[in-house]
Amino acid sequence: MKMKSILLGAAAALALAPMAQAGRGDSGHLNIIYWQAVSILNPFLSGGTKDVEASSLIIEPLARYDEKGNMVPWLAKEIPSVKNGGVSKDLKSITWHIKPGIKWSDGSALTAKDAVFTANYCMAPDGGCAQKANFADVAKVEAIDDLTVKVTFSKPKPFPYGPFVGAQSPIIQAAQFKNCVGAKAPSCTEQNFHPVGTGPFVVDQFRANDVVTMKANPNYRDPNKPSFASLTFKGGGDAAAAARSVLETGEFDYAWNLQVDPTILKQMAAAGKGEVISAFGTSVERLMVNFTNPDPKLGDKRSTVEGGPHPFLSDPAVRKALSLAIDRQTISDVGYGSAGKPTCNVLPAPAIYASTANDSCLVQDIAKANKILDTAGWKRGSDGIRAKNGVRLSILYQTSTNAVRQDTQALIKQWWSEIGVETELKNIDAAVFFGGDQSSPDTFQKFFADIEMYTNNFNGTDPEAYMGSWTCKQIPSPANNWLGDNMPRYCNPAYDKLSSEMAGTADINERAKLAKAMNDMLMQDGAMIPLVHRGSVSARSKTLMGVKMNAWDSEMWNAADWYRAK
Amino acid sequence: MLNFTIRRLLFTIPTLLLISLIIFLLLDLAPNDPTGNLPLTIPAEVREQIRKALGLGDPIYVRYYRWLVQFFVNEPLNLLGEWTHSCIGDCENRLRVTSWATRSPVVDLIAERMPQTLWVVGLSYVVGILIAVPIGVYSAYRQYSWFDQLGTFISMIGFSVPTFFTGVLMIVIFSVQLRWFPSIYDTTLRVTDWSSLGAQIRQMAMPVFVLALYNAAQISRFMRASMLDNLNQDYVRTARAKGLNERVVVLVHVLRNSLIPVVTVIALGVPQVFGGAIITEQVFKVNGLGQLLIIGIQGADIPLVQTLTFIFAVLIVLFNLIADILYGILDPRIRYD
Repeated sequence: MKMKSILLGAAAALALAPMAQAGRGDSGHLNIIYWQAVSILNPFLSGGTKDVEASSLIIEPLARYDEKGNMVPWLAKEIPSVKNGGVSKDLKSITWHIKPGIKWSDGSALTAKDAVFTANYCMAPDGGCAQKANFADVAKVEAIDDLTVKVTFSKPKPFPYGPFVGAQSPIIQAAQFKNCVGAKAPSCTEQNFHPVGTGPFVVDQFRANDVVTMKANPNYRDPNKPSFASLTFKGGGDAAAAARSVLETGEFDYAWNLQVDPTILKQMAAAGKGEVISAFGTSVERLMVNFTNPDPKLGDKRSTVEGGPHPFLSDPAVRKALSLAIDRQTISDVGYGSAGKPTCNVLPAPAIYASTANDSCLVQDIAKANKILDTAGWKRGSDGIRAKNGVRLSILYQTSTNAVRQDTQALIKQWWSEIGVETELKNIDAAVFFGGDQSSPDTFQKFFADIEMYTNNFNGTDPEAYMGSWTCKQIPSPANNWLGDNMPRYCNPAYDKLSSEMAGTADINERAKLAKAMNDMLMQDGAMIPLVHRGSVSARSKTLMGVKMNAWDSEMWNAADWYRAK
Repeated sequence: MLNFTIRRLLFTIPTLLLISLIIFLLLDLAPNDPTGNLPLTIPAEVREQIRKALGLGDPIYVRYYRWLVQFFVNEPLNLLGEWTHSCIGDCENRLRVTSWATRSPVVDLIAERMPQTLWVVGLSYVVGILIAVPIGVYSAYRQYSWFDQLGTFISMIGFSVPTFFTGVLMIVIFSVQLRWFPSIYDTTLRVTDWSSLGAQIRQMAMPVFVLALYNAAQISRFMRASMLDNLNQDYVRTARAKGLNERVVVLVHVLRNSLIPVVTVIALGVPQVFGGAIITEQVFKVNGLGQLLIIGIQGADIPLVQTLTFIFAVLIVLFNLIADILYGILDPRIRYD
């Protein structure tokens, strides 16, 4: 027995040894499928997740987030902080030092000028840069020397890691894009399809909305990486077909965003070719509660603060009862499987920001919900629907068209009927619901309904801007063309005060305390009813090693380390 | 005939202009937003700037005029320049019809996808016709025989079972279970030798079969009906009375005459080939024109959808004309002048 295990150990060591020393291109060809096809490889002109992730194989930021949400230096030597002097004491500037010796795939050297160019490219007016939010409050970006970039902000930034951090804010080559600034950006088809990068791969062939083929970057900084000599990045079809191609037929090695019925995914995985993997970021599927009156009779004042408070959702007892009647575990199991866990917070991660003060909502309690409504004076009528002073508890509940969301709607409608609340369900095509068409009454910003459901999250790990979504000035209204993130139209001076306090606090623990307090305030006031903390689901072939599924950055973030099991 | 053709061609110009205006208005009035599918992490002000950069801030008549100029003047000039390898006018700064999602010229995207569509959908049309005509002829000749019943049954299935069902069914059987064919079409495959030709045939087999079944079902019914009409005509009795053998009667006299309406049906179906098979291309991941259209619609890529649908409209108008002319050529009794 002992002999056997020694032999086995030796064999394993022998098998592992060549792998550890594997050189560039040893693993051959890699097949990746993103069922939403890549349209463009310039993330500044697209913003679509598929385009950002595909381009992250080619172009890289100064720092990115690892699979645990920690910031790691990427093209930079270290993460600047106040402690190491990289961030100025007044929090108004940050200085990055680029690793020396990094080359673009065309052989030229990466310099601070490229970073400066990238910032100017995205901040140029008329360019329509989709990642402009990363450059918010940037006053100027300058190159101190060849390898030092200084970003100066117009006001103190406690979290100065917007520019050049994460897959959304990579660095593009100044020499390649110099004639593509501003209004000229879209006309640079060649540059947008074949960007020169510092990443592990370079574009070989690009077919818009279909497929990208790449090969290993000959000038990549680690001479032994990437392990794959070439890759195919295929798009098209649907999530189920992508899952099948990895889990059942084995034609592909990695499939992204598998929003498929959990039972179907389990059946496919039983074929044994691949494995379903998931990672949790900050996405939360939630119900938004309309604090204003969506009555069509109000005309232009519909769902605005001027139109007055909601006839019954302004009653805290009703909001509390609606939340208590929901069985979040069932919703998570039915719709999300391994990609979901029930949550009572709108800010469920990173761990230091996650509150535990609201966890009582995890247990469904219909009896208690009924009692709360009884006490508040909502009496059941002859049809079983509660009413008070002639106001019936009748809810219009809208969301985007999506099989999982319609299942969730049906479940919630059933539970609410048990507490005497009538629900009318509505679903709207996602492109319309999430689109900003001013002429459409069905957008999620206009919120011409009582309850609406969708998922939101934020990039990176800092929740300051995200938690700022629910301040009074973010309320959408005709005056600001319905542009605003505060869908519930929640307005609480105490909340606004916490938000501005957070904008002036640099200490991470203090910030966490403030973020938790804001989350708890929103939850206890019932401005939102969180349902499921959603993870992203992908699948990898059992022969593809080194994958570290990442919800904080591109899923392709460490593709240079991927290799094929021998 | 020539007069008729010229008259019809001239008449297509206002027709097509009207069609292009209707398409443009329909797309513009439909609630849709090119930034609607972007992640919610992109703030509303940035979305507004993206829309402005795409030219959505201009009034509708400016955008329509711009599209007309780009499509009818700039694109042909560009094409001419490419053919002659020269620069006509201000070729550097000429604005072409540009897709919002890819920021590249729409016509290039279409040109890139045309071969796949013609190969897969076109081949399935040809295969469909080759299957349908003999089946239709024999079914009619032996009406109510077991062959006719079976043919009717199969064409009913082919016609009424949707391709998204037969397609997925075939993938489950032939890709997942038997592993004969790939489930995902490799659009980068280049045919250079026998083995790559084999791979190309294997990956084309399923989509071509699914579409051919559908096409054959339709055409074989037309063929059968048309044959039945002719088989009872007096000239057939005359031919038989002359002592011609059955083979000549059916394959020369009856078939020729029965083909006239069928040829028209086939000609009218050709634009659909260019239109691609939206669902089948999506199921098998063939990067054809149909898939391009569906991606354009999902992403509210209006210049792409507008140009593609307009090209389809041109083809439909054109093939209607061709069908009319063919009818006149095949049937001397029909004259338009």
